[in-house]
Amino acid sequence: MSLEIDFAGLKLKNPTVLASGVLGTSAALMKRVFEEGGAGAITMKSIGPEERAGHANPSVLELEHGLLNAVGLPSPGYKNMEEEWNELEERKFPLIASIYGASVEEFVEVSKFVAEKKPDAIEVNISCPNTQEHGQIFGVNETASAEVVSSVKKEIGKIPLIAKLTPQAPNIAAIASACEKAEANAICAINTVAGMAIDIDARKPILCNKFGGISGPAIKPVGIKCVYQIFKAVKIPILGMGGISSGRDAIEYIQAGATAVGIGSGVYYQGIGVFEKVCREMKEWIKENEVKSLEEIRGCAHG
Amino acid sequence: MTKLPKMVSIKRIVQETPNIKTYYLEHKMNAKPGQFAMLWLPDIDEKPFTLTAKGKECAVTVQCKGKFTKAMCDLKEGGKIGIRGPYGNGFSTEEVKKVCIIAGGCGAAPVLLLAEQFKKKGIDLSVILGAKTGKECLFKERLGKTTKNLYITTDDGSLGEKGYATSMLEKLLAKQKFDIVFGCGPEPMMKKAFEICERKGIECQLNLERYMRCGFGVCGACALGKWLVCKDGPVFKSEQLREMPEFGEKALLKSGKEVSLKEFAEWRQ
Ligand SMILES: Cc1cc2nc3c(=O)[nH]c(=O)nc-3n(C[C@H](O)[C@H](O)[C@H](O)COP(=O)(O)O)c2cc1C
Ligand code: FES
Repeated sequence: MSLEIDFAGLKLKNPTVLASGVLGTSAALMKRVFEEGGAGAITMKSIGPEERAGHANPSVLELEHGLLNAVGLPSPGYKNMEEEWNELEERKFPLIASIYGASVEEFVEVSKFVAEKKPDAIEVNISCPNTQEHGQIFGVNETASAEVVSSVKKEIGKIPLIAKLTPQAPNIAAIASACEKAEANAICAINTVAGMAIDIDARKPILCNKFGGISGPAIKPVGIKCVYQIFKAVKIPILGMGGISSGRDAIEYIQAGATAVGIGSGVYYQGIGVFEKVCREMKEWIKENEVKSLEEIRGCAHG
Repeated sequence: MTKLPKMVSIKRIVQETPNIKTYYLEHKMNAKPGQFAMLWLPDIDEKPFTLTAKGKECAVTVQCKGKFTKAMCDLKEGGKIGIRGPYGNGFSTEEVKKVCIIAGGCGAAPVLLLAEQFKKKGIDLSVILGAKTGKECLFKERLGKTTKNLYITTDDGSLGEKGYATSMLEKLLAKQKFDIVFGCGPEPMMKKAFEICERKGIECQLNLERYMRCGFGVCGACALGKWLVCKDGPVFKSEQLREMPEFGEKALLKSGKEVSLKEFAEWRQ
């Protein structure tokens, strides 16, 4: 069985998508994740309005059951990426451009420029827990989320808009629903879960930023629950992520209601080939269970 | 493998040159030559350093120049520092018989364990060691113990031959052939060494440097074209270097902005 899917109008050879902030830092690397890694689509590292260095190190750590990061949204700034955009123009893979801003105006400014570069979709990162001045996470508030989504949508026209949500929202289904009403074409969930680690010998937080976001296996149950709740609340497709590194993880997200599945930290656990591995394992499960199409199992856990 | 930074004691400190010191740590780390560790000074920063001793007492060698390394140079024996690793691929040394190593400045650090490993295996080794002055010539004694063929070059001629390490490489290659050239040093020098070897049809393995965050192949901060310096590198082979238009030309700043190598080097200072 083929794993081809349609996600918000994007034709993907398989449902695995490189998550934003992992490896998406150069056009050549993105191409490699598609060709060598086997991803169905690539999300770029989130792009901001200005050049931003991000937080000092330590900024990415490996914990027992996941990663903890506070890279702090480093970005060249959309104006400083001309060569990368040029290289990406000749791409043969579906490209999702992720954007962020500290205000609605900044989101609009970045989206306007990025839309001209014709990515296949634009992901609006209203969920990063990593920055102080961008600290008021839009994604915890329905009105603020909807305002960003509708303002960006006006700028980008036909380009599909994906709203990326945070599990920190008190009611993530309500946020998803507000984004859908504001004309988002898809929902991405989840971004990292806020966390911290202290070195007891140094008696200090390890991350330079003290707080960071947890990703990887530790947050899979959080992601599954969020996707399950969002699926009930909206009709638009969901890009589910958080702790996926096997075919069974991916199928679990699909049964919760995801159409596509994102992989970030899985690259650490399984290498760049994680996408191909997840697809192979999905196919095996599908065959063993005599499933005819992914459609058949999408959201099936809802009964 | 130490995954989270572990606070360890500095056992002893050896002054190598007027501004370079080696820190022997009370920590066991087994590593291949060319692999590196991430060192953490709480409240200051975390940075990658190549390992200059492995096993029961691992060590790193540090030049006191930036904020982090100056803070490190203020540490005394008994002081504490966080360490995690080892990371990276390290040099591959299978099936090499006649070897040349070329190192410039601090580039002597990553090749030290490599040269010592070759000496142990009885491999035919030549080492070219370049520095600004004789005083700053790192590891000349220890490298000298690994081979009779140690060629020192200095910019001011205060030790060995006056001139560039790469000119010495050209001179050696005019008279003899090597199976492979291993190198580490400033990137313009590495690029030059690579071009010389390409003309002669000799394989290279070069240790390169970029800004790093995770050190384990996730964040993409260290991207060098399609490769990750922390995971696919820091040692790259000729076949990779040939497909690396950024080599000797471009690098990413902390923000991810791509700039010329010159601008990158200035920022690192
Ligand atoms: C090092 C790192 C950097 C990240 N940077 C971003 C980012 O810039 N924008 C974003 O929307 N998400 C970012 N994320 C979150 C991931 O895209 C993803 O939502 C999260 O890690 C959960 O998926 P995973 O468990 O597969 O990693 C980052 C994650 C990691 C580990
Ligand atoms: S430093 Fe993070 S990928 Fe290399």
